[in-house]
Amino acid sequence: MEKRVRFDSQVLPWMLVAPQLAICAVFFFWPAAQALLQSMQVQDSFGLSTEWVGLENFKTLFNDSAYLESFKVTAVFSLLVAVLGIALSLMLAIFADRIVRGALFYKTMLIIPYAVAPVVTGVLWVFMFSPSIGVVAYGLDHVFGFQWNHLLNSTHAMTMIVTAAVWKQISYNFLFFLAGLQSIPKSLIEAAAIDGARPWRRFWTIQFPLLSPTTFFLLVINMVYAFFDTFAIIDATTHGGPGRDTAILVYKVYQDGFKGGDLGGSAAQSTVLMLIVITLTVLQFRYVEKKVQY
Amino acid sequence: MVERRSTLGILAHAVMILGVLIVAFPLYIAFIASTHTSQAILQVPMPMSPGGHFWENYLAALNGHGGGAGSNAPVARMMWVSLVTALVITFGKIAISLLSAFALVYFRFPLRGLVFWAIFVTLMLPVEVRISPTYKVVSDLGMLNTYAGLTVPLIASATATFLFRQFFLTVPDELVEAARIDGAGPMRFFKDILLPLSKTSIAALFVIQFIYGWNQYLWPLIATTGEQMYPVVVGIRMMIAGGDSGNEWNIVMATAILAMLPPAIVVILMQRWFVKGLVDTEK
Repeated sequence: MEKRVRFDSQVLPWMLVAPQLAICAVFFFWPAAQALLQSMQVQDSFGLSTEWVGLENFKTLFNDSAYLESFKVTAVFSLLVAVLGIALSLMLAIFADRIVRGALFYKTMLIIPYAVAPVVTGVLWVFMFSPSIGVVAYGLDHVFGFQWNHLLNSTHAMTMIVTAAVWKQISYNFLFFLAGLQSIPKSLIEAAAIDGARPWRRFWTIQFPLLSPTTFFLLVINMVYAFFDTFAIIDATTHGGPGRDTAILVYKVYQDGFKGGDLGGSAAQSTVLMLIVITLTVLQFRYVEKKVQY
Repeated sequence: MVERRSTLGILAHAVMILGVLIVAFPLYIAFIASTHTSQAILQVPMPMSPGGHFWENYLAALNGHGGGAGSNAPVARMMWVSLVTALVITFGKIAISLLSAFALVYFRFPLRGLVFWAIFVTLMLPVEVRISPTYKVVSDLGMLNTYAGLTVPLIASATATFLFRQFFLTVPDELVEAARIDGAGPMRFFKDILLPLSKTSIAALFVIQFIYGWNQYLWPLIATTGEQMYPVVVGIRMMIAGGDSGNEWNIVMATAILAMLPPAIVVILMQRWFVKGLVDTEK
């Protein structure tokens, strides 16, 4: 879409976009180019000399079992977060859509996690799940006789970060599903009801298919969220442990590059991450294009 | 609703109440823990009803009088750093995006397509994928441990630019024509017509970006090295470094409540714009 009427000026538009472009250039393009460059170099430990090594860093990376393990951890983690988060929020949205009385109260309560910082969520979870003093750990032990210890058991650690990440993301998913449900014409539902379709059937044959663009969109958004925004949750709770069993890719980049000082390897990891974001962003835009045709 | 079924209605409320309970539980625990002494919390299981040390704990947290094994920096200072950072990021993003969206929609200039793509591509380069090089740029510019270092690298926003662009495209062309006939130049049109029309979009973005700015974690973590410039979300992470029994959990939880209060208030008070903005920005 384009405007028919425009202003004529050669200098003004450049002045208007200058601040944005300057920031993009200095803090986005230059560092990203540096990352690409560094990913093909090796520096000695004092940073005095650099050697051009081509794709050597990437080769090392993909032969590194720890890195491949981190890929697997990230895949499991983001799938669990996306699927559980979407299923739970969809259920809540479906029921919220039926409710008239008290709807505002429920909605207000459900959007609060959106305001809570991921790292604060992490701190709350550490506190609740602590094997020695945590309320939830205590409850699990005394009610179900279940010994909780995320410091030693990697399944427990994974469960912990998944529940924290899902809790934090419920608000976002819920709001999108609710908006999606409310945009479905009531006449469709009424017609189906007259034809004798019960609520359960109406959900699967009308609402769920019509929500599929929203679901797909949320799937991508949740993957991006699990890949990147959950760094703070992991940094506050498990630190990637026990061992490296919850070290997702972003956490590893930070650990290796920023803490460990392996610039080339870390830059190569950054490049791989960049490719993943680009793929996810393109997927997301395919969705937007599709939606416009509706 | 097409039919009335009381069983389904009751089920709906039951599910919603369960959902609300799950969401509220961690917040409730945090609040309860922030009203007890640290000894009371270490006695397993911790109390489940509010205690009488509310003011004590919150004042200790704000003034940095806690005695935990981790960091004990005053939270009042951190809240101030967070507030300044979040507000600068929010207004900076809104201002910069308004201007560039205006240029992209209302002017024809060479390389316009390229500019559009340059802004668009930043979506694909989150801080996480360029940590070390961005750190280097900021440290070379001498911006570590400054408000500028905390805010400027986060101010460019493709999302906000797109939202404003989408909105400007729906503004009728007749308004531009009318403004021109009345002799108004581009900046006059921007200030007197476009800005007032954009109020709702600006309010929506304010909520989203304020929360974004307040909750930033990774960037402040690497761009600051001293307690003096920690935003509260970084500060709280430093506080729990003492371990389960070394931490003063009552102070930590008071800090957690303080850290979530400002964004929660913004979201709740501006709920209507927030929901609209969120659903509209689906980039």
